[in-house]
Amino acid sequence: MTPPMPQNTSDLSAADLRTSASRRAWSAGARWAFALAALVTVLVSALIIWTVASGAWTFISQVAWGNLTEIGWFPRRGLFDLSTLLVNSVQISVIAMLVAVPSGFGAAIYLSEYAHPKVRKVMKPTLELLASVPSVVLGVFAISFITPSILTNFFDDINFFNKLAAGIAVGLLVIPLIASIAEDALRAVPVALREASSGLGARKVTTSIRVVLPAAMSGLMAAIIVGFSRAIGETMVVTIASGGGDTSLFNLSLTESGGTITSAMAALGLGTDQVAGNNLAFQSLYFLGALLFAITLVLNMAGDVIVRRLQNKY
Amino acid sequence: MNPEKALMTDEPAAPDILAPSESPAHTRIDVSAVAAMAGQRADTETVFECGDINVYYGDFRALRDVTLNIAAHEVTAFIGPSGCGKTTFLRCFNRMNDLIEGARVDGAINYHGVNLYQDEVDPVEVRRRVGMVFQKPNPFPKSIYDNIAYGPRLAGVKRSALDDVVEGSLTRAALWDEVKDRLKMSAYGLSGGQQQRLCIARAIAVQPDVVLMDEPCSALDPIATGRIEELIAELKTEYTIIIVTHNMQQAARISDMTAFFSVQANEMGQRTGLLVEYAPTSLIFTNPDDPRTEAYITGRVG
Repeated sequence: MTPPMPQNTSDLSAADLRTSASRRAWSAGARWAFALAALVTVLVSALIIWTVASGAWTFISQVAWGNLTEIGWFPRRGLFDLSTLLVNSVQISVIAMLVAVPSGFGAAIYLSEYAHPKVRKVMKPTLELLASVPSVVLGVFAISFITPSILTNFFDDINFFNKLAAGIAVGLLVIPLIASIAEDALRAVPVALREASSGLGARKVTTSIRVVLPAAMSGLMAAIIVGFSRAIGETMVVTIASGGGDTSLFNLSLTESGGTITSAMAALGLGTDQVAGNNLAFQSLYFLGALLFAITLVLNMAGDVIVRRLQNKY
Repeated sequence: MNPEKALMTDEPAAPDILAPSESPAHTRIDVSAVAAMAGQRADTETVFECGDINVYYGDFRALRDVTLNIAAHEVTAFIGPSGCGKTTFLRCFNRMNDLIEGARVDGAINYHGVNLYQDEVDPVEVRRRVGMVFQKPNPFPKSIYDNIAYGPRLAGVKRSALDDVVEGSLTRAALWDEVKDRLKMSAYGLSGGQQQRLCIARAIAVQPDVVLMDEPCSALDPIATGRIEELIAELKTEYTIIIVTHNMQQAARISDMTAFFSVQANEMGQRTGLLVEYAPTSLIFTNPDDPRTEAYITGRVG
């Protein structure tokens, strides 16, 4: 193929510069195809929100308000105590964060400050691989190992299904997420700050804790918030390990079973409690969905505000 | 000409020595006299003695066989084209190169007679005595106060004494009057020049023996540069200062001794820095010994 020769420009007409009709049609068509794809995602989101909101509205408008503050969560009997599910969700998420934040941040500090580049090259992908462990596996791990092999040594009368084991398993699930975000935040801290600290006679551990961690605070807060959202939205681990998705009595004990917002939704969705046709039980599924959605939305917005307030321009 | 005589007439601290009309004495100076002045001036104590320093980054040799001495309470300037290894060399004096993955320093640097590169030496202890100011101002994302107090806190200065240390350091860095009403505010609110003076204050807050400065004015405008230069002249009475600069006029203005580094490429295209000439600043800029130095300072190369 010879390259196109420069043409004589003296007799150039507009027709020479016009492209073919089919090519123009193809360009325009591609544009519309991409726009449609974008539109579909927006439409689906809107549809989800509409479904959840209308179901939730049916529930709110028909439920007897007194039944929202009862002895526990018994949807088939029309008792929808929200505090039971909320407390359990928050308890499990807090346990998860107590597990995930120290080890996640610790791993992040190791990877960003200490690890030799070769080690990091292997360890970071491995860590992220851990994030792809299916949550059902961790749920089974909780009831087959965490409770029987570990927790029974510390608590004599622990329930086989309990919030503590569920919280620990959710924590394990969240570690890679938190570690990964935190590591990115730490690595974004300019080397110049580390050098300034070293230059003043600070050891690596001092530099990491007194300079790098505070400088990365906004990113670390983001890691905590994303981790918490993930933990409170986690379904499979708690459905398997903490029990009480169908019905649960209000209790604060971590060694007892207890359903969460998500596990109650899973139970309702599965219909294990013969929900359909039974008063408002089915609609409560939508209400819980809306509640969960609202919680994560508020968390993310609060996170945004905190992150922006702490943002350093280095 | 008698070398002793030359030494007497050639007071290195005089800043106007550059004007040729005022310095007729060293139009012809014996090379050995220059060497004598560079090496062993009786009235100054030697802080650093460097012997055959080679610095490698992995397999790549960045700096070759540098030998020179640094005298106390003087300003020593390192000049030379980009890539000549002057910053690399500067970072040898407080073992800052240790922080760079794969960097290796060969040779001995004796600091008051102690080799910094022997096994027992803890680089952290070295850096408390040999402070550093960097090319770009790099204050911590903390308050002005906490920036200055960072080093003293590490060194175990008591809380009750910190206020005095902070005020003293900022005063010596000629920044106190500008910031005394906003010590608790972020250091990022300061201008570039103020930030760099803050970094100097932070470095001297731990009362080091030596202050290393790596092109401290390269990110600053001429006015801020002028203030830093005045500051360096004042700090010289208390500290030994080694400064890397791209600006030859700056080296001529502020330094007592100047080391000119150059760069040589080998057959594989790797560029290795080397020390070409080390002499009193007045001589380097008026009567350089080496044609490469002359070519560089007169602007013919680099």
